[in-house]
Amino acid sequence: MPTISLLRNAMNASVNEIESLRERGLLEKQFDDPVQQREAATLGMWVFLSTEILFFGVLFASYTICRILYPHGFAAASRETDMLLGSIETAVLLTSSSLIALGVRAIKLDQRTLAAWLLAGTAALGASFLVMHGFEYHKEWTEHLIPGLNFARGGPYARAIELFFCLYYFITGFHSLHVLVGVCVIAGLALRVSRGAFGPERFTTLELAALYWHLVDIVWIFVYPLIYLVGRAG
Amino acid sequence: MVAIDADTALDRAPPNFLNQETGLWSWLTTHDHKRIGILYAIGITFFFFLGGAAATLIRLHLVTPNGAVLDTETYNKAFTFHGVVMVWFFLIPSIPATLGNFLLPLMIGARDVAFPKLNLASWYLYVIGGLFTICALLMGGVDTGWTFYTPFSTMFSNSNVFLVIVGVFVTGFSTIFTGLNFIVTIHNLRVPGMKWFKLPLFVWAMYAVSIVMVLATPVLAMTLALIGLERGLGVGVFDPALGGDPLLFQHLFWFYSHPAVYIMILPAMGVVSEIIPCFAKRDIFGYRFMVYALVAIAVIGFLVWGHHMFVAGMSVYAGLVFSILSFLVAVPSAIKVFNWTATLHKGTISFEAPMLYALGFVGLFMLGGLTGLMLAAPALDVPLHDTYFVIAHFHYVMVGGSVMAYLGGIHYWWPKITGKLYNEPLAKFSAILMFCGFNLTFFPQYVLGYEGMPRRYAHYAPEFQVLNVLSSAGASILAISYLLPLAYLGWSLFRGAAAGNNPWNARGLEWQTTSPPPTENFYKPPVVQEAYAYDQPAP
Amino acid sequence: MNEQFHLLLPSASSLSGRIDALWWTMVLLCSAVAIGVFIMMWVFCIRYRRGRQVDRTLSRGTLPIELTWTLVPLVIFIGVFGWSLFLYAREKTPPADAQTIYVVAKQWMWKVQHPNGIREINQLHVPLDVPVRLTMTSQDVIHSFYVPAFRVKQDVLPGRYTQLWFEATQLGTFPLFCTQYCGLDHSRMGGQVTVMRPEDYARWLRGNGGNATLAAHGAALFRSLGCSGCHGANASVHAPDLDGIYGRTVHLSDGSSVFADDVYIRDSILLPGKQVVAGFAPIMPSFQGQVNEDDLLALIAYLKSTRTQPVSATATESTKNGRH
Ligand code: HEA
Ligand code: HEA
Ligand code: HEC
Ligand code: CUA
Ligand SMILES: [Cu+2]
Repeated sequence: MPTISLLRNAMNASVNEIESLRERGLLEKQFDDPVQQREAATLGMWVFLSTEILFFGVLFASYTICRILYPHGFAAASRETDMLLGSIETAVLLTSSSLIALGVRAIKLDQRTLAAWLLAGTAALGASFLVMHGFEYHKEWTEHLIPGLNFARGGPYARAIELFFCLYYFITGFHSLHVLVGVCVIAGLALRVSRGAFGPERFTTLELAALYWHLVDIVWIFVYPLIYLVGRAG
Repeated sequence: MVAIDADTALDRAPPNFLNQETGLWSWLTTHDHKRIGILYAIGITFFFFLGGAAATLIRLHLVTPNGAVLDTETYNKAFTFHGVVMVWFFLIPSIPATLGNFLLPLMIGARDVAFPKLNLASWYLYVIGGLFTICALLMGGVDTGWTFYTPFSTMFSNSNVFLVIVGVFVTGFSTIFTGLNFIVTIHNLRVPGMKWFKLPLFVWAMYAVSIVMVLATPVLAMTLALIGLERGLGVGVFDPALGGDPLLFQHLFWFYSHPAVYIMILPAMGVVSEIIPCFAKRDIFGYRFMVYALVAIAVIGFLVWGHHMFVAGMSVYAGLVFSILSFLVAVPSAIKVFNWTATLHKGTISFEAPMLYALGFVGLFMLGGLTGLMLAAPALDVPLHDTYFVIAHFHYVMVGGSVMAYLGGIHYWWPKITGKLYNEPLAKFSAILMFCGFNLTFFPQYVLGYEGMPRRYAHYAPEFQVLNVLSSAGASILAISYLLPLAYLGWSLFRGAAAGNNPWNARGLEWQTTSPPPTENFYKPPVVQEAYAYDQPAP
Repeated sequence: MNEQFHLLLPSASSLSGRIDALWWTMVLLCSAVAIGVFIMMWVFCIRYRRGRQVDRTLSRGTLPIELTWTLVPLVIFIGVFGWSLFLYAREKTPPADAQTIYVVAKQWMWKVQHPNGIREINQLHVPLDVPVRLTMTSQDVIHSFYVPAFRVKQDVLPGRYTQLWFEATQLGTFPLFCTQYCGLDHSRMGGQVTVMRPEDYARWLRGNGGNATLAAHGAALFRSLGCSGCHGANASVHAPDLDGIYGRTVHLSDGSSVFADDVYIRDSILLPGKQVVAGFAPIMPSFQGQVNEDDLLALIAYLKSTRTQPVSATATESTKNGRH
């Protein structure tokens, strides 16, 4: 079947090279050359991240409205959260984000072992984040703070606290889901890096994973003050 | 590699995307944007007639004031199903996912969309979402209206809300993926020489609509998820009995759904902007303004959602802000209507079926849009809100506008897609029939709305009967005009004469390849001209 | 087919005429634009149809034209907006002297309570030429109160009060509809508004009287529910004196202050902990589940009646949008 290459970045790769990339499955047929493929993948990731922002945006908007309705209740509820764990989690995520950034740098410098370890570290930190969240959830369970399951709080702010914890679970649950996906993907990548699947000429996937991980991190940077800090000011 | 000269290729009946591979499996696993477009077309046609069947029930029921055929509960389920299916399973995917999928890469000279697998995945998501919805129908239906207002949908309705929400949620991802694919395709896969301002307006429309899809749909998905949780677990942020805020739901829903109505109209505008220059044989009037207008509609469209809530209990100030923004978003629409009209000026106009559809679109969209202006004035929306005036408004823009344009597009590109010609006189006849049937169906509803007949009413006061009967009569004409194309287009598939590569003598890269195009789209690199270069010979 | 059918909707309130003026102006304007565009389309289609010999040389420089038809609609739109803004603000602002009637919506009926205690179902009697304010709430889902002849409509939400006002200017009965989809019998949730001469209305009120006024009902509830046990003049509990509470500015324990309107009183009864009055302990129990919407309205009416001077205009203002 005849194919024509509508070469755009002809200077970047010769026709032969392109054909060999195609044969090895490294260049999909709709792309003319690796540069185009990489740019497309990156833009795709950015668009995806923008949808993610809107997903979380709905939750943050709901949170804002409810907090305006019940400022005191939300402050009271916020004091029920575990500030210490929350802060550690924040530190853990931030560290993991810098690890993955270093990992991508390492692969660009062809330091594959280092890169593999950095990615593995990222995944491990992500996993520990999840474990810590598990502890938090468990603690809230014992304190009867989980709406729909065992919520049992009295007092003047009972309903606002219930609302707060609803949103708390929606937000942190949805965020943890993202962390979980990230951990799995990044762990897989670490494995592939250690097997030499990536190198200085082939790291787009890693870059995209890092982008995603940074987003997960950034979302948390908003979650942390909203959930853990609001009630503790002053 | 070997470049086959297109003309000689035609004689030898070159392989095309339809016959290069055969068998059901090859379709279900295809990565070819053209085949995926056709898969979508099949799904969409199915859902259109499903929604149409519900519409038939509605109109039949409303022939007498006390309801002719259904009981109240079934009526409520009928309009809900009609709305849900028509909006999410027909109109939103209609033009982008069928014509857009098929044509976008062709128009920019690409071999495929940027992410073919994702493209196929989005079709499967669409189908799965559709199955959930049909499941909900089979298990008894839903009765919330397509708007799912809380707390009715969360705490009071005991129908299959959950299933439908899952269905729409899943389909939402199909929309998001389509939008993502299109954005990247348009950015990265344009053939060398295809500058942004050489793009056909259809591509611009796809670009604008993709942005809306990508940024609005997540809000719907998340909001529906919240409804599902609230329904399932009894916890949530919308139910006042739980301390929540029902208006919050409406804000979130319309934050999606108003942009969604532009998801429905922008592609239609794109289609019409292709058809009119082709049959007027001149360039589109004010190309740049047309582009800016598309983008402006997409952007401002995000800021006007509150005009659905003028009487919902919002503050006066919010109402005023949303009102002025709604007027602003009408300005670019005005530009478009005037420019289409001006494109007829000094053209060489012929009236093939696609052109009739396109002209019908301009007229009906304008009438629908102008009544939208009345609704955008809060003082008038107070009496008109949730009456048949609103029903008429949006059927004018959605059915008279988008559906007309969709059919116009199908007729216009049919020869390209299938390589066959259809029965032109019949096509013209059904276009005209559709225009007449449409006005007969929905114009009386404007009057009904002004007279104060509320929507979603299974019973109505006897004085509304005359107009309702007129509307139902119109709907039966409309039904015929929708069934006709099904017949003659189906017939042309098997018996139609060969179309040739460019039966309309149109410009645009898609007309430079064979009909139907080969899997890789082009045998020889297409020649890029200015958009709508009807003053130059076709390359 | 039906002699009741008339093309023109009756215009029966003080604002309906003005709204109609805007409406017909818009109808004319839009028709003019539509007809103009249609004529141009026909003219072009006929004049420039294929096969006809005409001058087809395109003129260049389309910018002035484009700008014209961008700016002219814009100006017209802003004009329409200004007009509608003015009317909308009027529609949303009840006059200070409006007489209040309470409406509670539930699936699928309208319950009306007049201040003097008369209750009606799916019927609303109002005096002619007197501004009437409806304070509305719902017991279940969202409904919407719509009287086409008055050109008024307002959604009725659970958990908050919304308002609507009109001044009927025509005697007779006018249909009332629920226009927010509220479940099975949404289409049957209608009724009638009867406009009577003020003297007839007064007679009607007396004729249907017998039961206590709304405020008196509220006073009875105030005792039977035990409110007076704490809030009464000689109660031993340290609780605020509620006489004349309505319309007062209340200082709260968190340092903020609120305006005591319908919503505030409602919240004080249902969610006493939400806003605690400065200087008091949050010991008031919640009455959620013990009082229904009707009782709440009665209690509010009673608390209002304990005020000696009438509620000021600002008080009416701020309840307009329900919750703050
Ligand atoms: C394709 C879908 C589509 C489109 C394009 C539009 C376009 C517009 N719509 Fe519509 N609308 C819907 C679909 C759509 N709508 C639906 C589905 C609903 C109901 C949902 C529900 O409740 O179920 C709705 C409801 C709706 C409402 C709420 C009504 C209510 O429930 O009370 C309002 C209020 O402002 C509104 C306004 C507008 C406006 C201002 C436009 C503008 O974009 C229109 C712009 C176009 C023009 C104005 C015409 C061309 C212009 C000229 C020729 C200019 C010259 C004119 C002058 C100088 C006067 N729409
Ligand atoms: C794209 C969107 C779309 C489309 C195309 C249509 C098409 C039609 N719609 Fe609808 N409509 C909506 C979107 C749409 N609608 C929405 C969103 C609502 C609001 C729902 C809500 O309130 O929640 C609505 C509501 C709505 C109502 C108001 C119901 C109410 O409020 O009580 C009415 C009433 O007349 C109506 C009529 C029609 C008619 C006559 C058509 C016609 O154009 C349809 C013509 C097509 C046919 C008639 C099909 C022909 C085929 C057959 C007859 C085959 C028969 C069947 C089998 C083989 C099984 N629609
Ligand atoms: C156990 C005692 C108690 C009972 C019974 C009680 N209240 Fe109260 N109420 C209080 C106290 C103490 C406060 C002040 C603290 C606060 O705001 O919660 C208060 C505050 C209020 C306020 C706000 C007053 C202000 O100045 O702003 C209102 C209104 C009110 N109550 C109405 C009622 C009504 C109506 C009932 C009966 C249905 C009732 N209360 C029953 C103790 C009681
Ligand atoms: Cu109550 Cu509709
Ligand atoms: Cu809208």
